[in-house]
Amino acid sequence: MNKKIRILIAKPGLDGHDRGMNIVARAFRDSGMEVVYLGLHQTPEAIVRAAIEEDVDVIALSVLSGAHVTLFEKVLKLLKQEGICHILITGGGIISKKDQKYLSEMGVSRIFGPGTPVRESVQYIQSWFLREKKHE
Amino acid sequence: MKKESQIPETVLSLSDIPLKAVYTAKDLVGWNAQKDLGGPGEFPFTRGLYPDGYRKKLWTIRQFAGFGSAKETNQRFHFLLASGQTGLSTAFDLPTLMGYDSDHSRSEGEVGKCGVAIDSLADMEELYAGIRLDQISTSMTINGPAAIMFAFYVACAEKQGCRIRDLRGTLQNDILKEYIAQRTWIYPPEPSLRIIVDLIKFTTKKMPDFNPVSVSGYHIREAGSTAIQELAFTLMDGFTYVEECQKAGLKVDDFAPRISFFFNAHLDFFEEIAKYRAARRIWARYMKDVYKAKNPRSWWLRFHAQTAGVSLTEQQPENNIIRTAIEALSAVLGGCQSLHTNSLDETIALPSKLAAHIAVRTQQVLAYETGVANVVDPLGGSYYLEWLTNKMEEEAEIYFKKIRDFGGVVAAIEAGFYQKEISDAAERYQREVENKKRTVVGVNQFKMDKEIFNPPILEITRETERMQIKKIKAIRKRRNNSSVRRSLSALKKAASGRANLIPFIIDCAKAYATMGEIADTLREEFGEYIPPSIV
Repeated sequence: MNKKIRILIAKPGLDGHDRGMNIVARAFRDSGMEVVYLGLHQTPEAIVRAAIEEDVDVIALSVLSGAHVTLFEKVLKLLKQEGICHILITGGGIISKKDQKYLSEMGVSRIFGPGTPVRESVQYIQSWFLREKKHE
Repeated sequence: MKKESQIPETVLSLSDIPLKAVYTAKDLVGWNAQKDLGGPGEFPFTRGLYPDGYRKKLWTIRQFAGFGSAKETNQRFHFLLASGQTGLSTAFDLPTLMGYDSDHSRSEGEVGKCGVAIDSLADMEELYAGIRLDQISTSMTINGPAAIMFAFYVACAEKQGCRIRDLRGTLQNDILKEYIAQRTWIYPPEPSLRIIVDLIKFTTKKMPDFNPVSVSGYHIREAGSTAIQELAFTLMDGFTYVEECQKAGLKVDDFAPRISFFFNAHLDFFEEIAKYRAARRIWARYMKDVYKAKNPRSWWLRFHAQTAGVSLTEQQPENNIIRTAIEALSAVLGGCQSLHTNSLDETIALPSKLAAHIAVRTQQVLAYETGVANVVDPLGGSYYLEWLTNKMEEEAEIYFKKIRDFGGVVAAIEAGFYQKEISDAAERYQREVENKKRTVVGVNQFKMDKEIFNPPILEITRETERMQIKKIKAIRKRRNNSSVRRSLSALKKAASGRANLIPFIIDCAKAYATMGEIADTLREEFGEYIPPSIV
């Protein structure tokens, strides 16, 4: 498996809590992924545009502001409009179990909450990628 | 590493200071009790600002609160006051903190979510309904558009019939730490600092009991810094505000007594106490010796403390009550002037009523049952604590020099210095937790398969946003729009010149101009801040 995983990392909305995003971004990079770091204060439109332009495999969004449902929904909707369904949507933040369930029904994959070891999210993405590429 | 398993590992404080097993008089060689410690209420105030500590006046129990609409938050304020809270502290939602109205496209999904939505004076009137603003000190945590919220507050107080001279409270208004850590900014540093100086000038003259700036280390720490970095970066920001005011022609003793501070209360108990004591000592020395303040009040570092949000865990959330209580104790033993205790559910949602109640009671148990407020600085003279206080001061001095070498705080921000320092520290800590070098109870040790306590969750629905949008649209119709336009264009004109902007912003607020309209008027003049890209 030579192709590297390309992952877009961003904080959608107005939230400024970037500690988690920065730690995860470094860990992804250290594990060999190609990280497209969009950073803070991104609109769903900008995220989807960058995901297409950068041809990423994964979009990872960090939201600690409580606006996660709206923001994830918007990203999903925009991707659907573009006819994109091969990108894994994941993320982390302060997101209740109830909302995690809702997001998962909407098509978001795992959400990593506070206290998750970083390697857990790295492994999750790596094994998804392996599975996914086998089918191709 | 493998062969050395017999040798005990170095014990490090939470800020990575290597610690010995015991401290003695030998560790305090060169330390002079008179010069470095003094008595409580004496220069350099290591032991606290007041000779009688908390005997005459307990710290203010000031719980940070805000969610949903102004009406909902007002109800929470009344609940907290009925619980025995003694000061108010307001949390705003992100659109408000970034200077957007609730009906702005960027506000979608964020309205009322992590604080209360305030679009105009009309919301402010509801927020403080039934609370006379000249009777209680009020803190407002807002920075980018701080001057606009201040104008809403002043206009609201006047409508209540208060004289603005009688207002007591604190505006966070610390833009430097926004660039450094919290990241809710609007304008670039230069105009932002100008507005801050304008505000200090205004309150110095008209509101002698109001704190126009709360220099904050809290968010720097939450973003991942160590205690030493929090201490050094915060004080350096404080020095910068002093220098900006002096450059603008203010006399240090006219404004310095009203500069206040805000620190984190984290888990390493003694390190935190040492941090507060060192902060007071460093500030007193600089204000007296470097900035030549003559009024002893200018030497005082008064601070609010909040327990560490980052120390809380989603796993076994009941343990957060214990963490918070111990952190709060460090702030009390460190001599805080006011204190917020976090709620146990803050890694999941905003505080529920139950969680907010437990948090207030935590402070009351500390204040009234444990006896810790009976004696001033009860740990003063401890070899360990005094050594650690000295160590904090020494390490802070090293950072001051580093930042000066960059050319000051703004230059260091632009060079990405803080971002790197803080994210390195955050990553180091995360690695240590994952390697189990640091224990987090319930997370990497003492885990349980199933939670035994599932706290109730405060839910904020999209209904708040719909109502808020309806309300702002109604206000735009109802108000006198020609006086709104007049006040906004007067502000724009003032912003292009050198006039003090605060009276102009207050005029806009009184005309019911909205947060977004006022912030946009200044955006047109000042532009927006673009952070340096980090690698």
